[in-house]
Amino acid sequence: MTVCLKVLEPGLLTTIQDLGRRGYERFGVPVAGAMDPFALQAANNLVGNPPDAAGLEITLVGPRLRATANCLMAVCGADLGLWVHRWKMPTWTAIFVRRGWEISLQGRKSGCRAYLAVAGGIDVPPLMGSRSTYLRGGFGGYKGRALRAGDALPIGEPTCSLTDRAGQQLPERSRPRYSENPVLEVILGPQDHRFTPAGIETFLSGEYTVGGTSDRMGYRLEGPVIAHKSSAGIVSDGIALGAVQVPADGQPIVMMTDRQTTGGYAKIATVVSADIPSLAQCVPGSSRIRFRATTVKSAQARYRAMMNNLC
Amino acid sequence: MTERRWPRYTPVGDSALLVEFGDQIDEAINRRVRALAQALARASTPGLGEAVPSYRSLLVHYDPLCLDYRKVERWVRKQVRQTAAVPLPEPRLVEIPTVYGGEFGPDLGFVAEHNGLSTQEVIRIHSRASYPVYMIGFSPGFPYLGGMDSAIAAPRLETPRIRVPAGSVGIAGPQTGIYPIESPGGWRIIGRTSLGLFDPHADPPALLSAGDLVCFVPISEAEFDSMSESA
Repeated sequence: MTVCLKVLEPGLLTTIQDLGRRGYERFGVPVAGAMDPFALQAANNLVGNPPDAAGLEITLVGPRLRATANCLMAVCGADLGLWVHRWKMPTWTAIFVRRGWEISLQGRKSGCRAYLAVAGGIDVPPLMGSRSTYLRGGFGGYKGRALRAGDALPIGEPTCSLTDRAGQQLPERSRPRYSENPVLEVILGPQDHRFTPAGIETFLSGEYTVGGTSDRMGYRLEGPVIAHKSSAGIVSDGIALGAVQVPADGQPIVMMTDRQTTGGYAKIATVVSADIPSLAQCVPGSSRIRFRATTVKSAQARYRAMMNNLC
Repeated sequence: MTERRWPRYTPVGDSALLVEFGDQIDEAINRRVRALAQALARASTPGLGEAVPSYRSLLVHYDPLCLDYRKVERWVRKQVRQTAAVPLPEPRLVEIPTVYGGEFGPDLGFVAEHNGLSTQEVIRIHSRASYPVYMIGFSPGFPYLGGMDSAIAAPRLETPRIRVPAGSVGIAGPQTGIYPIESPGGWRIIGRTSLGLFDPHADPPALLSAGDLVCFVPISEAEFDSMSESA
């Protein structure tokens, strides 16, 4: 019998994600994948998986799961409260779970998204090279949808001993410094010339609340109105992760992992890779964010230092 | 304002580069985009990711853990020089069998009336042209088509429909397009094709690619039904 994780309760929004579907954007297929890729990779590392193995992305209110065999798992990212069997357990730690034990995430302390990796990875069939769920398109992951009670998630063959790694932790200094009200670094462009100098100043000095309808596709921000020079429309072009597009109402939208591949609104700036995890942990309806301009060189240096922490 | 020189290279965040060949929708500009996309897809350079073509620009992703921006720009510039004169393969012609009007094309009458034509004339004008696919985007498999005769242009619906069936052929302003999957939409729907434009389990997942030529072939409802059954 295949080893699996049984879903007893699904939580608010739990999906299977890996590092995304690369190479199909030219067919209009969104990348999808973990919103906080650092946390997913950290969890995979702790249980001996390759960085792009599929895990669970758990949003705000966690699921209740049961393991049908002994397994090794780790939860990284937001602190949504982790319980294994009867015990409260730490995040960012490899945990040995006995057959039949229940795993639940409840009692959120901070952040928005936690990532659960299990040794061997969640072994649903890959689609276009990825196991990520794309919710709007209804494909990938587990039947193209969020998990429901009664689902049984197959687990792949672990590549390492389950007990040797148990208890290993990612040291606190190596974890991202999440904040629910972060200052995010951006690189201006590619269409910053479509905004007035005052508009750019507004964007870089204003405080924006993460709107309640923000999701995996985009974070809709509410705050001071950013002025365009003329219209908000451009000839549609490709949209990068973290692109900040500004429609005619002057309210920015940060494009996230389920973003459409192309779009026709001017993009004032792009959030740097090192700050995507912080952004993914912002809570819709309550987080407030600010932006600060930086250079490509310094953004890449920060990102390399961050990813070195995974080794 | 100073005159911009094309192509233009701009960093997009810390892990992508945008190459722009112009600032308008134009077949010659789009051809340069596709020539570069083709060259980048063939050359596999470690750390270089997907290049996403659009009307007039190419978004080139790279991994900032292996490459820095200057290196990527230098390499892409070299590819642009080498591809400037490279001919593209002859476009593939894809026929889209389409039932016009009736329940499949509820706005055919509006488009005709709006332009002072009969519905037969609209069908004739729409199906006699061939349309270049400039890019795929917006939603999986959605083709951005050029080349529609302005004689059949029509404004969008004031209130978009909540559900437009997959395969619907529509007109919005001076453009025509096809909905690959059922979705909300404000285009004037003049017909429907039985062809599937997007299938996540197929390889490639989309029927159309940038650079294809599309033409619409009028069929009857009976033909549509038999094609749908055999699909």
